[in-house]
Amino acid sequence: MRNGESIALKAIPNLEFPHFKTVLKDAVSTGNRILGLWAVPFDNEYSMFGAILYPSTQRVEILCSTVEKTYPSLTLDLPSLHWFERDLSERLGMIPQGHPWLKPVRFYQGEAGKVDFFRVNGEEVHEVAVGPVHAGVIEPGHFRFQCHGEKVYHLEIALGYQHRGVERALTGGPNERSIHYAETLAGDTTIGHATAYSLLVESLSGRKPSLQAEWIRAISLELERLANHIGDIGALSGDIGFLPTQSYCGRIRGDVLNVTALICGNRFGRNLVRPGGVRYNLERERLDTLRHRLREIENDTVSAVELFFETPTVRARLEGTGIVPTHIAIELGLVGVAARASGIPIDARKDLPWGYFLNQCPPVGIYPTGDCYGRAYVRWLEIQESFQFLHRITETIPEEISDKEPPPHFNDGIRTESFLSPESLGIGVTEGWRGEIFHVAATDSEGKFAWYRVFDPSFHNWFGLAYAMRGGEISDFPLCNKSFNLSYCGHDL
Amino acid sequence: MSLLLALVLSPFLLGIIVKTKAFFAGRKGQPLLQFYYDMVKLLQKGVVYSSSTTIVFRLSPWIALATTGTALCILPLPGYSGWISFPGDFFVLFALLAVLRFSLVSSALDTGSSFEGMGASREVFFSFLAEPALLLSFLVLSFSLEGYSLKELLSDPFSIRAEKTVVLYFISVSLFIVLLAENARIPFDDPNTHLELTMIHEVMVLDHSGPDLAGILYSSALKLWILGSLWVGISIPWRWGNYFLDLFVFLGSMGLLAVIIGIIESILARVRMIRVSHALSLATVLSGLALLWTIG
Repeated sequence: MRNGESIALKAIPNLEFPHFKTVLKDAVSTGNRILGLWAVPFDNEYSMFGAILYPSTQRVEILCSTVEKTYPSLTLDLPSLHWFERDLSERLGMIPQGHPWLKPVRFYQGEAGKVDFFRVNGEEVHEVAVGPVHAGVIEPGHFRFQCHGEKVYHLEIALGYQHRGVERALTGGPNERSIHYAETLAGDTTIGHATAYSLLVESLSGRKPSLQAEWIRAISLELERLANHIGDIGALSGDIGFLPTQSYCGRIRGDVLNVTALICGNRFGRNLVRPGGVRYNLERERLDTLRHRLREIENDTVSAVELFFETPTVRARLEGTGIVPTHIAIELGLVGVAARASGIPIDARKDLPWGYFLNQCPPVGIYPTGDCYGRAYVRWLEIQESFQFLHRITETIPEEISDKEPPPHFNDGIRTESFLSPESLGIGVTEGWRGEIFHVAATDSEGKFAWYRVFDPSFHNWFGLAYAMRGGEISDFPLCNKSFNLSYCGHDL
Repeated sequence: MSLLLALVLSPFLLGIIVKTKAFFAGRKGQPLLQFYYDMVKLLQKGVVYSSSTTIVFRLSPWIALATTGTALCILPLPGYSGWISFPGDFFVLFALLAVLRFSLVSSALDTGSSFEGMGASREVFFSFLAEPALLLSFLVLSFSLEGYSLKELLSDPFSIRAEKTVVLYFISVSLFIVLLAENARIPFDDPNTHLELTMIHEVMVLDHSGPDLAGILYSSALKLWILGSLWVGISIPWRWGNYFLDLFVFLGSMGLLAVIIGIIESILARVRMIRVSHALSLATVLSGLALLWTIG
């Protein structure tokens, strides 16, 4: 199926488990990637689902297999699934036999029991515990380092402090609340998650948004990317004590957020994207203001960020810090900025386009090194590409779009949501600024969500951060953490 | 008089540094006197002691104040005699700074926190590299000027024989590196960071609060003043013989030093922790070379 399409639950092939595993393995070995692995309890057994993304055909394949509570682990052959299987055992008490490290990913104690922190023994080895309350105004998470002097042997990341039960709350929907849950899945990715949710609902209702709405969604998604990437480069700069870029980027990020506010009245893009369309139009007058402001912002950004990358001490600090080599990044199944910084050219806008990105999409920027410099530089490449893309698509209001009266279902999100086809499975995939966002849900016989699953890019990438610290210096951790800048609430849900 | 000025003006140096940085960052910056306001605020607060700490922790701010205060009595205005002056007084000055460090490090270890332990280990390692540079530099001066007290060493360093003045440049650079590292400035340390894992000096005082913290902060301002005036005494050659004119030149030089530090902090990023030791080794090597040159 394509992005934003649905499929009847009965039409999903139910494979024998060994066959299920072979299909996943073959797909990954031929350069495709797994969007998600999840399971739904069903009598005394479980229906396990897997979603594979085939970039060459721009399609997603959903597989299903019926498994018992105890089943042979997939992680041994597909390391990228290790976090997903830990999630299964935490949620449902399933036991993947042979899984090397079956620890809950969010909670102190999952359905399948509790596992202690990994410890390194030795006279001079010491343990450093950081968090969950941090010195900055950031989300809570606990980091446990096993160190020998300054050297980190192992970092274990304990999350779950932000768990809100959003997926459970979405079950039984869609209703008036659902879109608000979607917008707050990760507060800095409002547009990304709201668009994924809308795509999913549209796939199940069969009512596509107008081209105009898709155009506005694309503009706001790129604005969100710009604001966050610029903010991240500023924050990286602050972490290494390089002041000029820090203060300028902090201010410029605010300017970009204000452009989003120009479209919809909210700096983070709340209340803009709705299933079936968008709530605000962008008429010629405001488009001109937007274009004018973007030009100014671009000039400021170029001078602030070029100063950053041209300063030798900055490069010396970032290069070679927190390396994730390409083959490891592929094995761990990293996505988004972290993957592209390790030289993997994946991007949902290209691999699985939706909406306005079907017409045109910005090129993918990659950097081969996999270090903090790479992750900063990929952000800079994406900032430039997003500016170019925005200039291109805001040049004029595209001809095929009438800029007069918005189409009738422009503002009727709730009504669109109430006609979902029953007993079906729908997907929505977008490329948020962190990486690929995957929403998947199935409806019951009344067209309500029987279950709803969200895979934020952070879910794929947290272990990448732990890997990047291995063998590194403990004083590099804040920098590595910032270069990944993963979401805690997007992971914990 | 210079002692009084040091006590009053040393926090002002930090204000100048912060203002310079704010200028380069395109900000307005906090008021020049913010550091004084902070001290007043901290003095009005209560103190919180962790149950794991002992007398070592409670004594450290007093030891810090006592050592820096005594060191200031020894420290002369360049060209003049300090309150206390005797041959070999610079050894005592450095020893006092070492005692200051010892008390801070012990208080950090006393808290039993892994952060503070990490900071203490870094502080000791880096000062172990910085102290030789400092001592060697003054041995160079002592050899070449044939003097043994700070009064003689700083009265007119440029009076040494012309072909040997180059050693002054060496030790000036070396002292400047030590000055930045010992006072926890960028590129070695970042006094403004909130990231405990990257801190060296600041992390050792995380558990101090209220008046105790004020004492520690004030003593580090004094330490900046002490090392700063040693650097100024060696690097700024003019002596007029008129006390007030000399004092004026000295204060101007201290202000200039603060501006230079501010500029350095604005245009450089922090170096990686492992490179701090490289830079400090460079300082030691420079001083060592200067010493060889003087003797040879």
